[in-house]
Amino acid sequence: MTGTHIQLDPQGRLRHFLTIEGLTHRHLTDILDTAESLRGVAERRVKKLPTLHGKTIVNLFFEASTRTRTTFELAAKRLSADVLTLNIATSSAVKGESLLDTLRNIEAMQCDMFVVRHQQSGAAEFMARHVKPHIAVLNAGDGRHAHPTQAMLDVFTIRRHKPDFPNLRVAIVGDILHSRVARSLIHALSILGTGDIRVIAPRTLLPAQVENLGVRVFHRMAEGLCDVDVVVMLRLQRERMEGALLPSEQEFFQQYGLTEERLALAHPDAIVMHPAPINRGVEIDSRVADGPHSVILEQVTNGIAVRMAIMSITLGHHARSAGEEA
Amino acid sequence: MRNTESLIKAMAGQLRERLAERGITEPMLVGLHTGGVWIAERLRQELGITDPIGQLDVAFYRDDFSRIGIHRRVQPSELPFDVDGRHLVLIDDVLNTGRTIRAALNALFDYGRPASVLLAVLVDRGGRELPIDANVVGARLELPASQEVQLTGPELLQLVIQQTTP
Repeated sequence: MTGTHIQLDPQGRLRHFLTIEGLTHRHLTDILDTAESLRGVAERRVKKLPTLHGKTIVNLFFEASTRTRTTFELAAKRLSADVLTLNIATSSAVKGESLLDTLRNIEAMQCDMFVVRHQQSGAAEFMARHVKPHIAVLNAGDGRHAHPTQAMLDVFTIRRHKPDFPNLRVAIVGDILHSRVARSLIHALSILGTGDIRVIAPRTLLPAQVENLGVRVFHRMAEGLCDVDVVVMLRLQRERMEGALLPSEQEFFQQYGLTEERLALAHPDAIVMHPAPINRGVEIDSRVADGPHSVILEQVTNGIAVRMAIMSITLGHHARSAGEEA
Repeated sequence: MRNTESLIKAMAGQLRERLAERGITEPMLVGLHTGGVWIAERLRQELGITDPIGQLDVAFYRDDFSRIGIHRRVQPSELPFDVDGRHLVLIDDVLNTGRTIRAALNALFDYGRPASVLLAVLVDRGGRELPIDANVVGARLELPASQEVQLTGPELLQLVIQQTTP
């Protein structure tokens, strides 16, 4: 993916949020600190801030999503923005022309931000390159490429439990190959200086040269889970699989499913994460998913604060440039 | 200028009077990040209040978001008490245009409906752009617009006057 800097303005500040790649430690901690301040809003009588009052945010979902879509919607509403969600079901490959047409049409409704989820890698970046300068674009997941807001809510959740990244051992388990979550999370963890990032997966579910991302590769749970502080389970993405990458779900669970016995290999106060939706009995046992180590529902809650932070930071940077033009 | 500690003692004296006039016996102190929180903590000690202070960051309520965006280093707001029906004392270091206090009042009311709100500031430097005034003032300063006054801390609270960069 080229042009990661399109998301930064000339002063190096976030204008769009498309990918974790190319961001600095400071970009990430600014988001995490802002999200920390936003977390308390949900506990107040009025669960709303006036920050984005008068702004219009359009969620463009070309691919199905429940959690991401609803938490983006709630994040926008809690910042007092007007929000519109368009579920544009399409199975055909993206034609630049039609995506551009969609974009121009919605632009004509005078909105300030697009939140884009698309099955095609690079769709959000394409939009960012073509929108009017006052519009911010957030990537809510593009193909196998990136899911940067998920990565930020994951590191936010990790930081709240285990803030010492240099001394942290994190294992990401399962279908790394199809996972934009894994890719973005690995980038975020390494920018934050995580001491030991591991991936555990069968060879067929690992991308080529995954080691170049700065991770240690394991093929067996018994080795990879040893003493880890954080276990991130990935959803087996059956809908993205072509051909026989897997023998069967049952066999996958036997080798890579997270059970209580396997979790016992990790650090005694390890946390278990999953981007959801979970496939119970495929990648994770119910007793673990609902057990004391699981922070899966906390991730959902944190996702709102983190998305509020990213929305207010990126739109804030547009605010000034729009003012300068006026 | 008199030292900051003596200004805080003067504030505590005035605040006692204001509270007595109104018959308020259990005020809750709310400091505005960052300087206001330091002063609120000192006032809490001076007044012998046992309840913890509230801390408010108004970054998400500011009226200049559309010009300068979200301020970096925003801190979590925390009001460790129920605001409803309570007498609050809002505390800040420097009162100037009044815009920060406008934002703070809006933020407070999203927590509940206080019985009353008093405003206590270390320094009132004039320059009001909104109909807002303080009930307790440590010192009044006449400063040209080219100068700004800042509180440094938290170990040793000190007022610093400096030339603003144009």
